[in-house]
Amino acid sequence: MSSNAAATLEPSVETRKAILELRNVSISYFVRAGELKVVPNISLTLYEGEALGLVGESGCGKSTVAFAIMKYLGGAGRITGGQILFEGRDMTKMSDEELRKLRGGRMAMVYQDPMSSLNPVIPVGKQLMEVPLIHSNVSEDEAYKRALQMLQEVNLPDPARIMTRYPHQLSGGQQQRVVIAMALMSEPSLLVMDEPTTGLDVTVEAAVLDLVAQLRQKHHSSIVFISHNLGTVVRICDRIGVMYAGELVEEGPIGEVFRDPRHPYTRGLLNCIPTLNADKRSRPLSAIPGQVPPILNRPPGCIFAPRCSDADGPRCTAAAIPTATYGGTGQHRVKCVRVAELPKHVRPTSTAVDTVANEFTTQPPILDLDHVKKTYHQAIGMFGGSGYDVHAVDDITLAARKSETLAIVGESGCGKSTLAKVLTGIELASGGKVTLAGKDIGNTAVEKRDSDTKRSIQMVFQNPESTLNPSHTIGYVMERAIKKLKQISGKEARVQVNDLLKTVNLPLEFAARKSRQLSGGQKQRVAIARALAGEPEMILADEPVSALDVSVQAAIINLLVEIQRKRGSTLLFISHDLSVVRYLADHVAVMYLGKVMEFGSVTDVFAPPYHPYTEALMSAVPIADPDVKQRRIILEGNIPSPQNRPKGCPFATRCPRKIGAICDDTPPPEQVSPAGHRIACHIPMAELATATQVVF
Amino acid sequence: MANDGVLALTWNRVRLLKESPVGMIGAFLVLFWLFVAIFAPWIAPFDPNANNMDALIDPTPSAVNWLGTDNSGRDILSRIIWGSRTVFAVAPLAVLCAYAIGCMMGLMAGYYRGWVDDLVNRISDIVLSFPAIVLYIIVIMRFGASANNIILAVIFISSPQITRIVRGMTLELREREYVAAAKMRGESALYIMLVEILPNARGPLIVDACLRLGYTTIAIGVLGFLGLGLPPPDPDWGGMVKETYAMMSIYPHMSLFPAAAISSLVVGLSLLADGMREISIRD
Repeated sequence: MSSNAAATLEPSVETRKAILELRNVSISYFVRAGELKVVPNISLTLYEGEALGLVGESGCGKSTVAFAIMKYLGGAGRITGGQILFEGRDMTKMSDEELRKLRGGRMAMVYQDPMSSLNPVIPVGKQLMEVPLIHSNVSEDEAYKRALQMLQEVNLPDPARIMTRYPHQLSGGQQQRVVIAMALMSEPSLLVMDEPTTGLDVTVEAAVLDLVAQLRQKHHSSIVFISHNLGTVVRICDRIGVMYAGELVEEGPIGEVFRDPRHPYTRGLLNCIPTLNADKRSRPLSAIPGQVPPILNRPPGCIFAPRCSDADGPRCTAAAIPTATYGGTGQHRVKCVRVAELPKHVRPTSTAVDTVANEFTTQPPILDLDHVKKTYHQAIGMFGGSGYDVHAVDDITLAARKSETLAIVGESGCGKSTLAKVLTGIELASGGKVTLAGKDIGNTAVEKRDSDTKRSIQMVFQNPESTLNPSHTIGYVMERAIKKLKQISGKEARVQVNDLLKTVNLPLEFAARKSRQLSGGQKQRVAIARALAGEPEMILADEPVSALDVSVQAAIINLLVEIQRKRGSTLLFISHDLSVVRYLADHVAVMYLGKVMEFGSVTDVFAPPYHPYTEALMSAVPIADPDVKQRRIILEGNIPSPQNRPKGCPFATRCPRKIGAICDDTPPPEQVSPAGHRIACHIPMAELATATQVVF
Repeated sequence: MANDGVLALTWNRVRLLKESPVGMIGAFLVLFWLFVAIFAPWIAPFDPNANNMDALIDPTPSAVNWLGTDNSGRDILSRIIWGSRTVFAVAPLAVLCAYAIGCMMGLMAGYYRGWVDDLVNRISDIVLSFPAIVLYIIVIMRFGASANNIILAVIFISSPQITRIVRGMTLELREREYVAAAKMRGESALYIMLVEILPNARGPLIVDACLRLGYTTIAIGVLGFLGLGLPPPDPDWGGMVKETYAMMSIYPHMSLFPAAAISSLVVGLSLLADGMREISIRD
């Protein structure tokens, strides 16, 4: 959709006027250990009205470049060389006063976390009014009018009311809209956006991205858009710059770069992203081996050479690599010696037929959830006498069979993590039955579960930074898990640590290391090993890859698939990422506000008939391929808070296919197809089946 | 085991200290006094309790009595050197005991929550609502002045404050995923508190322990000054000030030197704490 603007919006090279030009800029941080050359040398140009996407994994210097453009690097950072020309003037030579006038005026920035960009003790209206008051010297009334108009432009409902609100009274998506409004208040000619949608749910992200694309057309601002997500860049930008370890390795128009990526790193990035049309039966994801080299230890020559599968000996490692122009347009620049000789990149596509492993359906389920509920009582007042109930998980019926992957997908607040807590016994179910291998475990707290139950269900957590105890060595973590789960002595357990390390493809010497010496992906491997220690029948994985970089994510997903194939364990995979779910799952449950809206085999869920919510979710997923067409469905509004959820269908307040009052008043019936595909909706399944594919 | 991990990490921290000038000054002062306390019998030029009546003619510092003599003709340098032993015998032991109790109470309050938390908090509130010095006086007056009772008083007054710190950190750390993982593999509550939670609270606790040693040193000095310190004639820095402060206007050295001894040790501990905090922020 909006990404196709790339083709139409490109004026010819000659007529374009540069807004921002970085000439051989080098940026360093000065720390106790000495100078860290984070970005050794970067040159890039941003033309008027253009959106440039900067992508790369964490630690590649994207944000550093963004802050350098604003000349706002903080105490330790300094621009050590080169020029930053903004509208023809060199920012590196400007005084603080000149810079202050520029920032928030001619240039503005939108950060990742909207909550920290807004002052929590000032109403947002007042914060917005500050911009024209300071930069354009207007009257209070005029400032109010402008702020109100801008809030309207970012599609916030009831802007006059929003003006009086404090940041915490707004949802994350609304906050980010306010921040964007604030950035646009002074009609900046340059807008720097640093991961503006990373903390948002997909449906909200899609709406914000559309808004940015829309406003861009209207205000003719140039945008530097920084993201780790190639899909969002495709939606917004005309040009893309791929950064790796502080260097711009490839740069060019979106279409050219995505259709014919020339740098092996760009190719690697594209290969390791799961797409909505591939699954584990068709191909393994190709992860990029190794990790980004530490700043003090960067290789000479090509910085990517140690991880590059196309590296060609000393040609790549001897001397610094020059940036070469590729193709006819002269806009596609690549930092690779083999730029011209590499064959055209072919995206791995799914070749196998889409058949779901239905052979397991005859087996009795390992895990059976029967009308499971979890209600929290929110007390009001000192003695908690009054208050209300929050139905975090409301009447869920699901089953998972041996060796299959059941994915639970949904946005934040849908109750997926609460469900995981009930299964682990960290929380108790308020109603219904949870049966694991024939044993009712829903009402047994984890402390009271017998040792076999503890062994048979283990969990992999979301956050690699908090999943391992920083005080313990990896070996100790594993030994302890084996000892407790297998009920054997510490001596016997120690012998098995090596086997476990091998299972998750970690070198044996890691046993002596502490978690802070490990990268995020390695920590998650240890966490998986810890869960596997007792050879469980059931592994719960709550967003195990969402905190990881894409290249690492691919490796962890492959590991999960491999382990499941080898051990036949059942995986309950909780995620907000539809592409990953599509890749990994056999069965999928889509949750919204504590309810299952749709359940079925992965092929059934990802093809019509769709539940309207699933349909909207799929249309919101940013896809890193400008040639993939995606039907766009914009969801209005926010997820209602669980305390005043709709009486009828939970999705009724945002549903684009709402058929009338019945949706608001009556809970939808659950329609079941012969193949076991369940959809909770008032629209008859036959009618839902007439929908076209969302992604094609 | 987990234990050597804690020690190894702490040692790495200590080595990092040399990058913090403030911390190095602190460490030097503290180590200096520790050395003095350990080797007091060999360093001290005189018997700390020997009265040299001749010196009373001119008690000011001289080539023989470097820091002069006090109102009873005792060598002040020797008394300060021996007096450091009192501090190093009482303060670390008292702080250690206070930590043992405070950590356990804080861990239980933060981990179990509910009525345990309420009970521990209310007890702490009551103790903390009294001015510390009043509590010291009450405890010492009631049980008599002795090293044991000073330690008891320090435990009584410090442990609720330590409880507060540990409880706060436990509340945060108990939500970590590794604690959930420990629960899921069936670890006991005691294991989770002592092996999973406590080691990760050590950073702020080590800093606090340094500062607390300083406070305790002051408290011992104050008690000595009030006449509630160790019974005479054993040298005690606070007691030395008390015995001589009446002559401040004529012979200020008699009270200033022991006062300076207290200050230098307390400042040393504070600087050491600052240095520790600096390196703990770093990584």
